[in-house]
Amino acid sequence: MIEKMIFGRYIPGDSIVHRMDPRAKILFVFIFIAVVFVANNALTYGILLGFTLFVVFLSKIRLYFLVTGLKPVFILLIFTFLLHIFFTREGDVLLSIGFIEIYEEGLRQGIFLSVRFLVLVFITSILTLTTSPISITDGIETLLGPFKRVKLPVHELALMMSISLRFIPTLMDETGKIMKAQMARGSDISSGPVKERIKAVVPLLIPLFVSAFKRAEDLATAMEVRGYRGGEGRTRYRQLDWGFKDTFSMALLVGLTAVLWYYRT
Amino acid sequence: MNSIIMSLENVTFTYAPEDESVRPAVADLSFTIEEGEWIALVGHNGSGKSTIAKLMNGLLFPNSGKVTAMGKPMSEETLWDIRSQMGMVFQNPDNQFVGATVQDDVAFALENNGVPHEEMVVRVKESLRQVKMEDYMDQEPHHLSGGQKQRVAIAGALALRPRLLILDEATSMLDPQGRMEVIETIRELRKATGLTVISITHDLEEAALADRLIVMNQGHKQLEGSPEQVFRSGSELIKLGLDLPFAMRMTHLLRKEGVDIKGEHMTEDELVDELWTSYSKM
Amino acid sequence: MDILLQDVGYSYAKDTPFEKRALHHVNLHIPSGSYTAIIGHTGSGKSTVLQHLNALLKPTEGTVMIGERKIEEGTKAKNLRDIRRQVGIVFQFPEQQLFDETVLKDIMFGPLNYGVPEEEASRRARELVQQLGLPEDVLEKSPFDLSGGQMRRVAIAGVLAMEPDVLVLDEPTAGLDPRGRREIMDLFYRLHVEKGLTTVLVTHSMEDAARYADQIAIMHGGKCVVTGDPVTIFSNEEQLHDYRLEPPRSVRLQRQFEEKMGIKLDAISLTEEALAKNIAQALQKGRDAE
Repeated sequence: MIEKMIFGRYIPGDSIVHRMDPRAKILFVFIFIAVVFVANNALTYGILLGFTLFVVFLSKIRLYFLVTGLKPVFILLIFTFLLHIFFTREGDVLLSIGFIEIYEEGLRQGIFLSVRFLVLVFITSILTLTTSPISITDGIETLLGPFKRVKLPVHELALMMSISLRFIPTLMDETGKIMKAQMARGSDISSGPVKERIKAVVPLLIPLFVSAFKRAEDLATAMEVRGYRGGEGRTRYRQLDWGFKDTFSMALLVGLTAVLWYYRT
Repeated sequence: MNSIIMSLENVTFTYAPEDESVRPAVADLSFTIEEGEWIALVGHNGSGKSTIAKLMNGLLFPNSGKVTAMGKPMSEETLWDIRSQMGMVFQNPDNQFVGATVQDDVAFALENNGVPHEEMVVRVKESLRQVKMEDYMDQEPHHLSGGQKQRVAIAGALALRPRLLILDEATSMLDPQGRMEVIETIRELRKATGLTVISITHDLEEAALADRLIVMNQGHKQLEGSPEQVFRSGSELIKLGLDLPFAMRMTHLLRKEGVDIKGEHMTEDELVDELWTSYSKM
Repeated sequence: MDILLQDVGYSYAKDTPFEKRALHHVNLHIPSGSYTAIIGHTGSGKSTVLQHLNALLKPTEGTVMIGERKIEEGTKAKNLRDIRRQVGIVFQFPEQQLFDETVLKDIMFGPLNYGVPEEEASRRARELVQQLGLPEDVLEKSPFDLSGGQMRRVAIAGVLAMEPDVLVLDEPTAGLDPRGRREIMDLFYRLHVEKGLTTVLVTHSMEDAARYADQIAIMHGGKCVVTGDPVTIFSNEEQLHDYRLEPPRSVRLQRQFEEKMGIKLDAISLTEEALAKNIAQALQKGRDAE
């Protein structure tokens, strides 16, 4: 189940979106989240949806992946849609079956909200799908750079984040391995009565903790031996490169906002 | 005369200094290593080998005795300078991979030492070429084999252009192929650069490639000498939980079967040669 | 207990963009009481096959017969527990599975899960500790205070304590020093003979495969490409080479010897001891002929 989710995963590629500066992409997403709320009628929501699909197209991520990968999100989406349809009681009655009555305003609100939700999920997914976690970390570190002055440990936070990201697959593998080893000893966390399952957590968690601590210790040693002494005096291997396409993406966003503002009611 | 790159004088270290009943992990140990040598520190699990590695790079300080590295006595003040001149590769390939991708990991030590960006790019490429991993620049660690990860770790150490490379059981968690890759990498490096290497290992095949062996047992130095000298003490090594190189084991087994073999052979070629010589004389 | 893999296929993350095919049409028969070695280079699918042997993975195609039980794609997880008692797996670096306060409790964990009475479980633990050459006082210690080699032995004891009929070993000696390696492999062989266990060894060591196994299966590219007895398998160097494997060192030395001397030894030498005997015999024969 988890392996089918694409939320938060990165699919390597070479599209124009992939090649954008992570700072541009992060800024883009944050501004976009605000811009979405400008839309308030059918036309503006339509423009928003069109714009989003255009970005998906540019990213060369197959729409099919997005749709199947975000299935759990769609369940939530349909649920909110239905909620709106059944509980908004404004405007003309469009349909009534027995005691269920569907109002025009309910349908409108339901659709608008779903579109809003959809474009937000799509755009943020595109960010994570086209940007490697390490680039996102780099982007955040540079964007937060000014906060170093107020003693925010930006470098340390970024390093922590990148190491955690780096160890996620390793620890996932390890969890699987230990789970299987304990299953082979008759302790099964994935089936059986709840009481048994809770009991099966301990033999899983303790080895995981022990191993994570061991890894952390080894890693600290390896880092120290390689001369790591905190952010002071460090140079950076990864250089971010803000190019024309990044400035252009910002301009595009400004354009979108202007258009939405013009057509909103 | 070569300069001495590392020396231990009467070094004793115990993890529990207040408890007299605990055997020190390293006891009264002395040895020197010259620039350009390949030394193998050998011993069974728990013989004190790994403690020695930590003493050599200042992760631990001896209770008594003196560690001198790169001509400087090891202390809190000289530590970082000494470390910047030596690279270290550890046992677990996963637990020393700091970067998100191969090139980030190789650059890590360079970043720490404040090497300018343009220089870093050059050095990362160069080091990866030395370990033949230049085609994997953008790979993430979980897509690499154990042997490949260890080669990346070696590249990460080489990027700083160290005078000394310490391999702390760097091959013990690898499959035979990975082990071969790493050993081959070290051999080629030695050939190309003459880098000083200390490999800490219980793999006798790996040790046999070194110029000099130091055999540890229970924190003491048990034997020291060229591989030929050390392996000649056959049964003593086996008593220490170690093994003999394959050709030497065969020599012993053949003698047991009544085959007359004069020499102690380190390689299969030598052994077959002697068999051939004595056979064709018949 | 026989284990039979029939046309088994397996894909990780099936039906997703991340789907990865690990096995294709694997056919493998592990007869009761045999010692089977599965060899193949890294990534050949050895570990995936291994996890099918006690239903930790269910095939996405084909069937696995474990004794009388049939496992296929839709098989319910229920009642698989019993299979897992009969087929014990010692995973690579098994010390990672240790968790309990004391060694004794950790070894008893498996048997207790399967309803073995406490007294019996404790008796088994004590016996195993002795068999595995651990000092008796280890029982009351925390497993995390032991040395690496001791932890390995305790973890192995934890699997043996369930008294499985089939013992599956995944590189059980990886990372151990030469003495530890030999002791543990010899112990498994002794158990195999004395208790009549069916043993499956997944290994990179051709020497171990040649020394202990009576059946060898080669995995390559997710397929089980060859099965046969060690003599046949290790005589066919060309075939081994095709699958990126090498014969055991004793066979390699034998070939080197034969080439140099221009003679053929009577039999293929699967172990160092056998090679020494065969060479001694050949030399003796040569001398007699003079």
